[in-house]
Amino acid sequence: MLTYIIKRVLWMIPLLIGISLISFFIMHLAPGDITNNEGAFNPKSSAESRQKLRELYNLDKPVIVQYGLWMKRMVTLDFGNSFASHRKPVFWQTTDKDGNVTKGMIQEALPITIIINVIGLVITLLLAIPLGIIAARKHTGWQDRSITLFNFIGFSIPGFWLSLLLMYWLGVANDWLPISGIHSLNYESLSSFGKIKDTFSHLFMPVIIPSVTGLASITLFVKSGMLDVLHQDYITTARAKGLGENTVVYTHALRNALLPLITIIGLSIPGLIGGSVISEQIFAIPGMGKLFYGAVMARDFPVVMGILTIGSALTLIGNLIADIAYAWADPRVRRGVVK
Amino acid sequence: MTNLAFLNNRLLKRNAKASVIIVFLLSLCSCGKPTQDLTDYSKPYPSQAGGVLIDAMLGEPSSLISMIAGEAPSSAITANIFNKLLKYNKNLDIEGELAQSWQVSTDQKTITFKLKPDLKWADGKPLTSADVLWTWQAITDDKNGSPYASDFQLVKKAEAPDPLTFSVTYSEPYAPALDSWAGLQVLPKHLLEGKDLHTTAFARKPIGSSYYQLDNWATGENIKLSRNPTSALGPANIDKLVSRIIPDTSAQFLELMAGNIDSMSLDPTQFSRIVPARPKLNEKLNLYKELGSGYTYMGFNLKRKPFDDVRVRQAINYAIDKQEIIDGVYLGLGINIASPYKPGTRWSNPNLQPYPYDPEKAKTLLKEAGFVLNSEGILERDGKALSFEIITNQNKEREKSSVLIQRRLKAVGIDVKIRSIEWASFISRFIKTGDFDVVVLGWSLGLDPDQYSIWHSSQQGGDKFNFIGYGNPKVDKLLERGRTELDPDKRQMIYHEFAKELLHDSPVIYLSAGYGLSAIHKRVKGIANPIPPAGVGYESEKWFIPEPLRRTEMSY
Repeated sequence: MLTYIIKRVLWMIPLLIGISLISFFIMHLAPGDITNNEGAFNPKSSAESRQKLRELYNLDKPVIVQYGLWMKRMVTLDFGNSFASHRKPVFWQTTDKDGNVTKGMIQEALPITIIINVIGLVITLLLAIPLGIIAARKHTGWQDRSITLFNFIGFSIPGFWLSLLLMYWLGVANDWLPISGIHSLNYESLSSFGKIKDTFSHLFMPVIIPSVTGLASITLFVKSGMLDVLHQDYITTARAKGLGENTVVYTHALRNALLPLITIIGLSIPGLIGGSVISEQIFAIPGMGKLFYGAVMARDFPVVMGILTIGSALTLIGNLIADIAYAWADPRVRRGVVK
Repeated sequence: MTNLAFLNNRLLKRNAKASVIIVFLLSLCSCGKPTQDLTDYSKPYPSQAGGVLIDAMLGEPSSLISMIAGEAPSSAITANIFNKLLKYNKNLDIEGELAQSWQVSTDQKTITFKLKPDLKWADGKPLTSADVLWTWQAITDDKNGSPYASDFQLVKKAEAPDPLTFSVTYSEPYAPALDSWAGLQVLPKHLLEGKDLHTTAFARKPIGSSYYQLDNWATGENIKLSRNPTSALGPANIDKLVSRIIPDTSAQFLELMAGNIDSMSLDPTQFSRIVPARPKLNEKLNLYKELGSGYTYMGFNLKRKPFDDVRVRQAINYAIDKQEIIDGVYLGLGINIASPYKPGTRWSNPNLQPYPYDPEKAKTLLKEAGFVLNSEGILERDGKALSFEIITNQNKEREKSSVLIQRRLKAVGIDVKIRSIEWASFISRFIKTGDFDVVVLGWSLGLDPDQYSIWHSSQQGGDKFNFIGYGNPKVDKLLERGRTELDPDKRQMIYHEFAKELLHDSPVIYLSAGYGLSAIHKRVKGIANPIPPAGVGYESEKWFIPEPLRRTEMSY
């Protein structure tokens, strides 16, 4: 088991290098660089200053040289500094000699995105698992049909549209929830309870909307897993033994039915750090989605690469965790691995 | 019964309008609870200090040193924190801000500024000509790479002989000089000397000299400014300015409707359809429209055939119905122009008329240029069809304008395709390489009439702004003369002549000069009425929010 894990971890290194190489070159395939932003298209700004900026950030060098420079920094885990925001550190804070701390861009954006996504994932699971079980137990019954209908309505509603409607209903027509942002303007002067309440009321819509619209796939997963299991022989045996229906479903069937879910959760780990661009844009949340989108549009290469690298490392780690968790949960897989 | 009718009514409303979000929002509103806001905002009040003004920005500044940042959000914030030597007054004439007076030498090459006495930075240190000199050194220093250095690099010599005197000498008279000094924010030397302007902590915690100073900057959320008690220009009325960063205009508008922000800029739909249709909003908001110094245009690649032929350019100009674009795309909130200057200012030539919509004339001109209709109804010359591609960036108004142009040109036998491209690719793949037929774009310009960098033949190619490849020796001459002529009346003649020449050559077709649209909550009083030429925001330090109209729940 241990050698298996070590082997998998070592394999991640060439994979990561390959991923970074591909992302770096794809990113440079898109025309334009940092000097082409809309603000620079101002007749008062000069062509010389743009050329100087390009030289400053080595953008005049061949792509392969730029990749080499990036790699040289990366091996010391230095994510570099952003172009677009005047050399703000990409990943973590730095302190200058006067003791002024400049926070890293990912450092600032990451916590809020992780909070939203983790709460969102938990809510999705809390809703999807019971719904999936009900749908499977009452397969083709009216409960199953209405759950499916509800899921697909949620799945088909464009998130931004639902967001705008709810923002209007809950924020403008009624004074129930804040419309956008993550803190009230008087946040600093609130009590700690007030702060928590304030944050939660701001996060309510951004968390609930993607959870509801994203319910469909996980509910279906649970449902089909459950249906498969319920038709297997050992369930028939359990029923034949005279066990109650609840014991059969929750003690015997559910565990096996949830196995595929491990893979899904493992795969959703990298998703936890990637914010939704549209929802962050609408709700004015300074998270990872907005950061990444802004960086791509501004051709802020160090930020794009920083997020992609962290994202791909997390994807690989997520896969690994899913595999290990699978082995832990399913003796058949475990034995296969040990051999 | 009444209930049923209500339901029925609601259902009908929904069915008819469900596909359009905004309209759907409106119908929902008619059933929603109105907010219980019974304050009468339209009563007059005497001027008084205090209160908080909240506005919204689409983007976040990258730095609060605007000569380095160069983007709109940064300029918007820093305009409240820093002062300039000169400023534009109400009627767009230049007057002193930090400078008490200035004098231009007889050879017109040297400008000597006298600073007002006893100026102070917000930290209490004196503001002197040494700060101005240092700011000039900083903006011209290659190491700092300021995008706006070029105006200041023309200064041959800058001196600060005593704390109240600052003088600059140009190698030849430079007419836009005063305008450039009305744009440069003076930075404190004692806090920035020896620092890297890009990475210094000052860029996020600046000390200025103007009406406000930075209170708090919550990254990605908001920037709070509070009144600077030692302001070089005297105190402002409003205590705090809060700029919330809300990147989505719909979300901004919802916040405005809910009364959480006091001002924002609107789009034509919001301005002329949504707000006027809602009495509740009308009671709370004042709407403003003002002409900006910018315009949308369709520009030809003059290096390509057949656009090198002035008859073709003129014909296309006649074939496009500009009023239709203004009415259809900008909902009437724009005007048809004939020169690249804001109408009503001295630089705009009142004798010039825009090309009227005249498809017959267009056909005649194209015939003269040798084009004949082929079997498919497309004009053709020497076997080559008159067919081109309009490219534009992903901007709704420009895309819609292109569609209207496409239809009008089809009617005279010109085949047009439209492509809309993301900005950075648009610039580097098409504009910089000159690989395009026709563009639909816009310029937003300053108040000085100098447009050397856009039209002079030396500014063609590469990364420069005359990317359409316009070159007319007469225009070149006029542009050169306009830069060295300091007498406003003579300068006016030069630019009137230049605009006339440009209109005849028609290297670009002026589509519309759009109005800048904004909404400000009626709780904000003291806004100049009627709007002065300098705009709604002129002298915003005199704005005030009367105590009974302030928000109650806000405490800082």
